[in-house]
Amino acid sequence: MSLHVNDLKVHYRTLRGDVHAIDGVTFSLEDGEIMGLVGESGCGKSTLGKSLIRLDSQMRHVGGTVELDGRGVPIADDDAMVPLRYHEVSLIPQYAMSALNPIRRIGRMIDELLRARGVRPADKADELRRRLELVGLEPDVLRRFPIELSGGMKQRVVMVLSTLLDPSLLIADEVTSALDVSTQRSVAESLVEFRDRGYVRSMVFVTHDVSLVYQIADTIMVMYAGHVAEKGPADSIVSEPRHPYTQMLLSALPEVGSTSGERLQGIPGTPPGLLDPPTGCRFRARCPMAFDKCAERPPLVETAPGHWSACWKTGGE
Amino acid sequence: MWRYMGRKLFVYALTFVVAVTINWMIPRFMPGDPVRSMLSRGSVSDPEALERMTAYYNEVFGLDAPLHEQYLSFWAGLFRGDLGISVMFYPEPVVDIILRAVPYTLALLVPAIVLSWIVGNHFGAFAARSKVLDNTILPAGYVLTATPYMWLALLMAWSLGIVAGVFPTAGGYSFALTPGANWEFVSSLIVHWFLPFLSMFVVALGGWAIGMRNMIIYELEDDYATYLRALGAPRRLVRRYAFRNAMLPQITGLAVQLGTIITGALLTEIVFNYPGLGTLVLDSLNNRDFFLLQGIFLFVVVGVLIANFVIDVVYVLIDPRTRVQMTGGSS
Ligand SMILES: Nc1ncnc2c1ncn2[C@@H]1O[C@H](COP(=O)(O)OP(=O)(O)OP(=O)(O)O)[C@@H](O)[C@H]1O
Ligand code: SF4
Ligand SMILES: [Mg+2]
Repeated sequence: MSLHVNDLKVHYRTLRGDVHAIDGVTFSLEDGEIMGLVGESGCGKSTLGKSLIRLDSQMRHVGGTVELDGRGVPIADDDAMVPLRYHEVSLIPQYAMSALNPIRRIGRMIDELLRARGVRPADKADELRRRLELVGLEPDVLRRFPIELSGGMKQRVVMVLSTLLDPSLLIADEVTSALDVSTQRSVAESLVEFRDRGYVRSMVFVTHDVSLVYQIADTIMVMYAGHVAEKGPADSIVSEPRHPYTQMLLSALPEVGSTSGERLQGIPGTPPGLLDPPTGCRFRARCPMAFDKCAERPPLVETAPGHWSACWKTGGE
Repeated sequence: MWRYMGRKLFVYALTFVVAVTINWMIPRFMPGDPVRSMLSRGSVSDPEALERMTAYYNEVFGLDAPLHEQYLSFWAGLFRGDLGISVMFYPEPVVDIILRAVPYTLALLVPAIVLSWIVGNHFGAFAARSKVLDNTILPAGYVLTATPYMWLALLMAWSLGIVAGVFPTAGGYSFALTPGANWEFVSSLIVHWFLPFLSMFVVALGGWAIGMRNMIIYELEDDYATYLRALGAPRRLVRRYAFRNAMLPQITGLAVQLGTIITGALLTEIVFNYPGLGTLVLDSLNNRDFFLLQGIFLFVVVGVLIANFVIDVVYVLIDPRTRVQMTGGSS
């Protein structure tokens, strides 16, 4: 097993207090696993992704541990994280379209980054070209400036660049959100291809798009307001969701395969604020099945092999 | 690329024509008889000389001719390098007087602009790194940019010149010396140059430092910087990129600020009675020497246009984006 996250808590420090964006998240990732990470906007998906590679200045590691390939990941220690970044853990950020320095030719920027990370660019030159071709880009893009590329092309450049050192874990944050449907598909397929070829060992694929994640992910984890609601094999999450939130999330979908937006409108109410989150099950206010016991936080329990759910109705009794 | 430059040049040419036209209009459309008022203000005592001058100026002003002829002959004179003859220094041609003053002004302006820009940018980038520096440089910078050129110049003239007596406070060189290529004269030039230069340098410095500091902080928050840091890029690389990116708006800022800086230089010269164009403007105003005034304004306008053009070219050379857009594709 390659990644273990145990009771991770990461908060944002703000003037009004701590935002409990990740509040006790536990999950594991097998070698070769692509885990889709879904949940409403603001539930902490990006925060979880960032926590695994680099906390920004407002983020604070409050508790819990992360282990990658048997070694502890010192996520709170910025300097100790440096050797792991890029080499072991890498990221395709949510803002991939603007992730390239606008005034450097792409090839030169990549060379400079590689050299700064102790890798000789010449050693990677052939591999870089091969992978660019794999995602459908001419090696010629290396001689261009980012402004000369379309959004989808930049996205693919970042994909190749982020995975060039064959990291053990890749966090792909909303890599498809800004793309049209057919490009979405091809980007998602390229990521699967990267995994199949061993460019990345395992992957967290963050998205709003449950239907897309169903097609490429092995497992799906559903988050709700900083907690894990449910995690399990993609098939069983989609066909027999246990957690009431997952059920509502899926029934709110027009139908699997469609990609129109606003699919979460179907769940009445809004997620709780994370500045001062409610105790107990965070879904309680919106859950049609809520009962007395839900005032206590339900534990994440394995209800079937590899299928975890945090709900008093589905596992806790 | 050439199309772009061509378009720019056209705009500059147009600006030049407009400036010349306005310049031509000012004395002609001012109330009163320009020649009379000019000569009466000019301290001409010899009646015979006055007669000759009146005849000369009436002729060059060509006040009897139709306006368009006056206008055309003005342009014709301009192309011959003939800007008329000064009243104040009659019968010396305006061009000669100006050319004598220009080196002084340039010697102040060019080093002050270039050095304050370079030093200010590095200072600002440096300040963005450390809280302590940031907390001291930033307020100091704001005070400096808010300082009028004239005021700082006066302050320096008073403190370093009059009170401390370290530097002379007037003139371009000691009047006891005759200009020549000897060390004594050169050192006198330098000593007289220093205070006006310093006051201009210091005022401009604050603005560049603040601009750079703000730009760098902004750049360091930009997505490309965040991405590089996530991939473990060392601070050095991220800062280098941020500095390069932050320079571009600073170059544009230089073009925008040029007018202010030049005005500042003219005022500074007046404070230090430095024999450049600024002092000449004051003198010619006092003496109603319209020809000299016109000539100076033309020189200043041409200078600003040339400087702007140079900045344009530099910007294009430095920012790949404009370059790419101009060549229309990969290069
Ligand atoms: N810099 C910040 N300071 C304070 N709070 C923040 C900050 N960034 C995010 N948050 C809060 O943390 C929570 C989780 O944010 P996060 O970006 O992880 O959401 P997300 O699941 O990725 O949402 P989306 O799907 O919209 O990208 C949100 O409630 C958000 O308001
Ligand atoms: S624990 Fe209770 S409130 Fe939470 S999802 Fe289950 S039933 Fe609903
Ligand atoms: Mg997000």
